[in-house]
Amino acid sequence: MTAREKIAGSVANYVDERTGAAKWMKKNLTKVFPDHWSFLLGEIALYSFVILLLSGTFLTFWFDPSQREVIYEGAYAPLEGLKMSAAYASTLHISFEVRGGLLMRQIHHWAALIFMAAIVVHLMRVYFTGAFRKPREFNWIIGVGLLTLGIVEGFLGYSLPDDLLSGTGIRIAEAIIQALPLVGSYLAFFAFGGAFPGEAFIPRIYTVHVLLLPGAFLALITVHLMLVWYQKHTQYPGPGRTEKNVVGYPLMPVYMAKAGGFFFIVFGVTAFLGAVASINPIWLYGPYTPGQISAGSQPDWYMGWLDGLVRMSPPLESHFFGHTVSWNILIPGLIVPGILFTGMALYPFIESWITGDKREHHLLDRPRNVPNRTALGVMSLTFMLVALINGGNDIIATTFDLTINQIMWFSRIGILILPPLAFVITKRLCLSLQRADRDLVLHGRETGRLVMMEHGEFVEVHEPISAEKAWLLTQHEQNPALALEESDLRGVRRPGVLKNKLRARMSKAHAVAVPKATAADLKEIEHH
Amino acid sequence: MSNEIEAIKDPGLPAHVHRRADTDPKAAKKAERQVAILFLLSALGTVTLIGSYIFIPQDVFFYFPVLGNTNAHQLFLGLGMAASLFFIGMGAIHWAKTLMPDEEVIIQRHEFRSPDEDRAEFIKTVKEGAAAAGLGRRSLIKRSLGLSLGLVGLSPLILLGDLGPLPGDELSKTSWKAGTRLVTDPGDRPIRAEDLEVGAVAQTLPEIEPGAHRALSDIGKDAVLLIRLRPEEFNLDAERLSWTYEGIIAFSKICSHMGCAVALYEQQTKHLLCPCHQSTFDVTRAAKVIFGPSARPLPQLAITVDSEGYLVAQSPFNEPVGPSFWERSS
Amino acid sequence: MAPLLLALALFSIGTTFSVAGAATSTPLTAAERSALIDEGQRIFLKGCSSCHGLNLEGSAIAPSLIGVGAASVDFQVATGRMPVADMSQQITRKDPVYNEKEVEALAAYVSSLAPGPDVPGEESLNYERNGSTAEGGELFRTNCAMCHNFAAQGGALTQGKYAPTLMGVTPRHIYEALITGPQSMPVFSDKTITPAEKLSIIKWIKAAEAEPQLGGASLGRVGPVTEGLLVWTLGLGLLVGVAVWLAMKAR
Repeated sequence: MTAREKIAGSVANYVDERTGAAKWMKKNLTKVFPDHWSFLLGEIALYSFVILLLSGTFLTFWFDPSQREVIYEGAYAPLEGLKMSAAYASTLHISFEVRGGLLMRQIHHWAALIFMAAIVVHLMRVYFTGAFRKPREFNWIIGVGLLTLGIVEGFLGYSLPDDLLSGTGIRIAEAIIQALPLVGSYLAFFAFGGAFPGEAFIPRIYTVHVLLLPGAFLALITVHLMLVWYQKHTQYPGPGRTEKNVVGYPLMPVYMAKAGGFFFIVFGVTAFLGAVASINPIWLYGPYTPGQISAGSQPDWYMGWLDGLVRMSPPLESHFFGHTVSWNILIPGLIVPGILFTGMALYPFIESWITGDKREHHLLDRPRNVPNRTALGVMSLTFMLVALINGGNDIIATTFDLTINQIMWFSRIGILILPPLAFVITKRLCLSLQRADRDLVLHGRETGRLVMMEHGEFVEVHEPISAEKAWLLTQHEQNPALALEESDLRGVRRPGVLKNKLRARMSKAHAVAVPKATAADLKEIEHH
Repeated sequence: MSNEIEAIKDPGLPAHVHRRADTDPKAAKKAERQVAILFLLSALGTVTLIGSYIFIPQDVFFYFPVLGNTNAHQLFLGLGMAASLFFIGMGAIHWAKTLMPDEEVIIQRHEFRSPDEDRAEFIKTVKEGAAAAGLGRRSLIKRSLGLSLGLVGLSPLILLGDLGPLPGDELSKTSWKAGTRLVTDPGDRPIRAEDLEVGAVAQTLPEIEPGAHRALSDIGKDAVLLIRLRPEEFNLDAERLSWTYEGIIAFSKICSHMGCAVALYEQQTKHLLCPCHQSTFDVTRAAKVIFGPSARPLPQLAITVDSEGYLVAQSPFNEPVGPSFWERSS
Repeated sequence: MAPLLLALALFSIGTTFSVAGAATSTPLTAAERSALIDEGQRIFLKGCSSCHGLNLEGSAIAPSLIGVGAASVDFQVATGRMPVADMSQQITRKDPVYNEKEVEALAAYVSSLAPGPDVPGEESLNYERNGSTAEGGELFRTNCAMCHNFAAQGGALTQGKYAPTLMGVTPRHIYEALITGPQSMPVFSDKTITPAEKLSIIKWIKAAEAEPQLGGASLGRVGPVTEGLLVWTLGLGLLVGVAVWLAMKAR
């Protein structure tokens, strides 16, 4: 035994005698993780969060979360001598006097944008492959919670520097709070410590931004990962992969090196963006005052869809008995997002109610094999995309020589028409892909080689596909729709008929499929 | 399932294909060198970072393709940091891919459901515990506990009471009073009617005592936009027309939708546009909404001139300015 | 030390934009002036009168030019907006059709018929000496940013109209636009924004124009939209690219 081994051995002994860690570690170091690039999307989000914690901590050393008025006397000459809040002045100080401060600010902001983008693509991966099914419904809900918190946390961070753009954002947030029926103006005055903007809001959201929400994130992310760990990762279908096994690489050493290395990649790419691309140049926006505004005032992208919904809202407001309800704020700002996010959180339960499937699933679906779910996902994305486009309508208008009025009308009509259209098209596309899969299994791959038959006809030579490929294209289940009887054996109509009818119809729509190729089909073809 | 019987068979995990580095020591050596080079690149990145931090002043600019005239300190600090991190990652991953075992491992899953006897025992334990505590029998304890827990839950809400004052009529009030002069923002100079040509605008605030502090929350309600048109261009009723002065009309600049500053005035169309959500208001018709999400016109401030010829408010706003709220009556 | 150098870096480029003084370089004699007006009338009758009328009275498609002043003529013609090429939603800046001398003549002719705002002389445009950047920034954000954007890059108006970018616009034309209110732009009177304040605005615009890339590529200085675009393309693109490589089997 070398000296080094001796030291390592005695340390390990010391820890194990006090914690019994060896047994647990031994088991978990051999834990297997399936390898696929799409399984790393969540990791991008996780690592971005770590980067946010690190860079954010750096920023807190100089940031002064106060709306106290100061006169600027820093390095950035075009703002010299102006009145501004200490929060804004200290952000300028970080940007221009702290060495590496601007880099850290930009890394922090880019990491936030990457964090949110990675959460969204991770969510899309989980959704379209059906990874949210039993037993992973809890983790899906936690994920939706993280996405929601991420939007709030990002918005608070965008608000903290107290520049003209962030102040405009806070102004709009205040208007949403104020629009709540009954309690709106009270909540707004409590949140802002009086009339907008007051001097209390930034110190308060600072605590929420650096303490409360990161704490909540940490807790939720921990549970999220523990569940992934405990339930073992899902895997894509393929030869040798079943519902009962996991095929992949062990944590020690391969996955440790890959996942650990990927953290550095994410950090490196974020730092690269922070080095070469300017983000949130607050010195150009100027300090916030309610009397000023800039053309093209936008939120960060993850709030852009919300802003787009608010922009396209019809001018509806109700006045009755001396009270006002602003539908033009409540519907796009709270009701529609509320329905979307609640629907998203409940989707695993809705789908299992429709299919009646209560079994565990560890093999992922190929999106084409579940046309209804895939179509619903594309439909939701289309909705979000139309809203997002409208959120940037002024920039799009000036860039592409359009008018904001055109884009607004396109969005107002498009948000109603395009999502259902996307649903229909996607569903058909999925079914065509299923048909193509079936043909591929039955008739083989087109080789591009033409052969002349005896009677002069040209036919293309088809090559049978590999057994592995054939298995991949046919391994999925095709379950029939639920058979729900409207009346019981004695002909008495059951209670909840309407609910049952709905369920039966949805189940039928969900089960639509092109029958997959079977061994019997193949044999039949061979006989010809 | 009926079709399961005749399904195509799973051929099983394909045979492992060896990498070049597994069989060829030369290839392995080459991979090792590549990993080492990547790690060295990272080290070089850190050296760049340290060097930039110490030696490049913050005010050096140079031309860099694509980026333009760029700050050298920020760029090299960032590129150094990016390289130092990125290449560690590349090295580690390349190492794992080429030199660490790449044979796929299969492990079995287990069912999450606990065995029936464990479940039964769990239920028994809970029931016994509850019975031992007498939860079912002692309803007096149960109810009083419920009451006290409910009340304890209220206390944080009570303790947050001092977060802010009650709104009172704050949302309905502005600093404008009859006779308040309109002064330029910024500059605080009073304005005479003849100071504005037709087609001119002016951003204004109510006059305050010299040296007095103007709070942002006041600006957020008081900001007013002055616009001068030809009087014949107005399409107003008699009352609203009497609120204008020689073609000068004044509107609250705080959007009636969500409170952004509405100040995009198009001189030819006489439209005001809010840059946040694109509500468009027609100035000639008392800021009637002609496009976008806002449901109400911008409040109009009645103006006139005082004895010295300066523009003043005739009276306060006759309605609350800014976004709607529950207590707003119209 | 550092602030000083930064300020220097910011303004060193600003000073190179000298004012191309077309007008009022030396006082004209009466004879020169009347010759100039005659020349202007000749150009006007040939190039402008078909829309603006033989006596500046305007027509259904073009406004009257009575009382618009030399400043307005100089702005419209010297920035190439007039004569207008196509009658679309917005009259755009392009290469001027007339040279400086011809613009001066046109301006002299139009202002000779009815007085209006004059072309500001070079002496009154010394923004480097008489302006204050910080004050100009504040004025700009209150009066201009809502249309022209926080960094003077331009922005959208209703029905396809837009506020143009102010990058590369000469101080004289900025000044003229402020006092004459071309197209959609309102007029900013000398009493509400004093001439000194106008110079401050110009100084700030020139500082914004000359500002180097403090934090890397500026992405157009239009706010978060392009930032979001970059994250979804370059940011996620790079990361997913590496992820694909990571999960690929080595050969």
